[in-house]
Amino acid sequence: MTVLSLGIVRGLAAQIVGTALGMGLVVLVRVLMGLHAWEAEPATVVGAMLGTIFFMIGVGSMNDWFRWARGEATPIHHGPPEGRPSWTRYFGVDYSHKVIGIQYGVTAILLLLTGGALASIFRVELAEAGRQFLDPAVFNTMIGMHGWGMIISILLGIAAFANYLIPLLIGASDMAFPRLNSWAFWLNVPAALVFLTSMFVGGWDTGWTAYPPLSARAPLGMQLYFVAVFFFGISSIVGALNLIATILLLRAPGMSLFRMPIFAWGVLATSIIALTATQLIALSFIMVMMQRLLGMGFFDPAQGGNPILFQHLFWFYSHPAVYIFVLPGLGVISEILPVFCRKPLFGYKWVALSSIAIALAGFLVWAHHMFTSGMASFLRVPFMFSTLLVAVPTGVKFFSWVATIWGGKLTFPTPMLFVLGALSVFLIGGLSGPPNGIVTTDLFLHDTYWIVGHFHATMFGGFVFPFFAAMYYWFPKLTGRMYNERLGQLHFWLMTPAFWIQSLGQMRVGLLGMRRRIVDYDPALGIEGGQLAVTIAGLVIGLSVLIMLVNLVYSARRGRVAERNPWNSRSPEWQIPSPVPEVNYPDGLQVIGEPYDYGLPDSRYVNLQVAAAGE
Amino acid sequence: MSSESLASYKAQLKANRLGLWLFFASESFMFGGLLAARFYLWGNTRPDLDQLLGLIVTSILLLSSFFMNRAESAIAHDDRKTFLNSLLITAALGLLFLVGVVGFEWQGHLKPWDGVYGAVLFGMTGLHALHVFSGVIIILLIWNRGRKGGFSAERHWGVEACAIYWHFVDVVWVFFYPALYLLGLPVS
Repeated sequence: MTVLSLGIVRGLAAQIVGTALGMGLVVLVRVLMGLHAWEAEPATVVGAMLGTIFFMIGVGSMNDWFRWARGEATPIHHGPPEGRPSWTRYFGVDYSHKVIGIQYGVTAILLLLTGGALASIFRVELAEAGRQFLDPAVFNTMIGMHGWGMIISILLGIAAFANYLIPLLIGASDMAFPRLNSWAFWLNVPAALVFLTSMFVGGWDTGWTAYPPLSARAPLGMQLYFVAVFFFGISSIVGALNLIATILLLRAPGMSLFRMPIFAWGVLATSIIALTATQLIALSFIMVMMQRLLGMGFFDPAQGGNPILFQHLFWFYSHPAVYIFVLPGLGVISEILPVFCRKPLFGYKWVALSSIAIALAGFLVWAHHMFTSGMASFLRVPFMFSTLLVAVPTGVKFFSWVATIWGGKLTFPTPMLFVLGALSVFLIGGLSGPPNGIVTTDLFLHDTYWIVGHFHATMFGGFVFPFFAAMYYWFPKLTGRMYNERLGQLHFWLMTPAFWIQSLGQMRVGLLGMRRRIVDYDPALGIEGGQLAVTIAGLVIGLSVLIMLVNLVYSARRGRVAERNPWNSRSPEWQIPSPVPEVNYPDGLQVIGEPYDYGLPDSRYVNLQVAAAGE
Repeated sequence: MSSESLASYKAQLKANRLGLWLFFASESFMFGGLLAARFYLWGNTRPDLDQLLGLIVTSILLLSSFFMNRAESAIAHDDRKTFLNSLLITAALGLLFLVGVVGFEWQGHLKPWDGVYGAVLFGMTGLHALHVFSGVIIILLIWNRGRKGGFSAERHWGVEACAIYWHFVDVVWVFFYPALYLLGLPVS
């Protein structure tokens, strides 16, 4: 076995070649056109794009399509690669949804660590008034990198669980389009490299929103950021397409839509948004990119353009994106809660449809980010009402969780703790939301640290806490071993109070006058104590996440071997061995009951011996 | 072919069709965003473009969809000769459309850096032309496979997908043409 037999190594080599070729191409064209040979912006953009395409070819993600175009047969190979150790399948193109799920998950954690490290650095800078050690331009780049690093980490984290779990939960053998699935994952790797490179070619000092006119004149790193987000977006669209087709077409016999595990509803709703709205952020970024490259004046008032248009296009994705992030997480809460309450999920159909309702209402609320932007003022009140409407389906979910807990026989292992932590944190995020949606209060709250506090509470409550709950809950499924319960509890009890302090602290300094995206603040505001508390709380959160990683890595090798169904769950994935064998359900799967009838004697959800029973 | 493999082909066909239409749903948002930008920035005005040229390229593209459809129904009836010829005609008409847009419209007085009129015109026609170009490439790939005996009356998903994609790109132009050439008052 040579190093070159690993797909990722071939891909990286090809990316270097492709980038150089792209840059050379631009130089060649410019020389032929009689211009001076070297212009950094077009060379960088074309180089980054061609490099990404070359990576995709080099890694081997498109081999089957090339074979198809030549008219050759392309059977799908199941199982680990022949003649190589089985771990190598994680470093190359593999069509198994379980392998791709883990590939997504590991990439998501790497980006999470990157984003977290950036946050730790600039939070230390903010712990005290006055300038400590960060250059303002570097600070600005870092906050944007933190934002997008985390956004991508969340998207990949969702893709990790959706890929690994959805086929298992709905009784399918794999995703609807396994090749496309692998392609969508690998696209993230070159895109992530382009994204990280942007830091070293001048960075971009716009914050994650990249509003023009600032982004139209930001340093060169801006262009690499646009290229990277463009490819992340394609991956997200293609992944969503695959998940929708899988959920709609590959469900096991007897599994009607309203008998699906509720997590599948969350993923379906999320995928509807990701499939469609993502196009608009890609479009808005391409437009700024072209404005910089060719002088196309979409957003340049001197040419008759309008920067407000960018904000409309940008928020048409970027607000629904928040629902992309939280809907699968809320699905995880609804999925895990009944298991540890030993009660049916309260109001299953309402919870399922509330996910769809949030997704659809999410398309109508984008301009609430623009109350202070100078857009037409008659738009304010309609967008205020549509925004507040989102609270209704979200409330449906919350009341369902409370009613599910009510009178249940609760146990508190780590996954359940994180679910309850998610409820507490999502409540903070939820209650601090309406003041931002109401025009009168938003005019004062806009662009303050209050927004930072609100946003982080929704992200932690809607994604991070449920994501960690899911990690602990399905860890025995992925590895066949139990995590260390004591370290898990330590993680929870460090992270949750620290998060409350961080989030409420951010809101408090915001109300007292702290602006967001500023490297320094006036000590006369009297917020230094609050800022210090936020910084310490943030570092504690980071420490607790490291404890989790140590726990998971150690337990994956040395942990106690898990029993087949450690949580006594009714869900089909817990009725088969862990880790899941190459073929998910060799004897077929048939749904014969309701998914969450915990506590109902003799009720069953699935029958796994369809073939044996001769049906 | 065994009956079992035909059954799995049909199951995959169902998924492929759904996947393709989901892709169109996604693309519609991108083209819709461009249209929104056009109405936001141009409002009730438009640049003074060559009307005859617009009419010609539109007619060419609409005509090409007829031949694309002819190719698809020909392979569904195992008529390989008509299938291959129609594909070539479609690709040629597609190229002709590109010549009209890139070779003539883009060489006019309006350039990408000429204010919002140039920016939106080149943005919309550019992204659409990119789709037409990719469609021509796909048609030629399909033609090449068909030439070597690929596809049959029972199994021609590749042809079907290519045809629907071509029609989709065509329909996008049905919205773009009036938005660029007809609606609003011309400003020169």
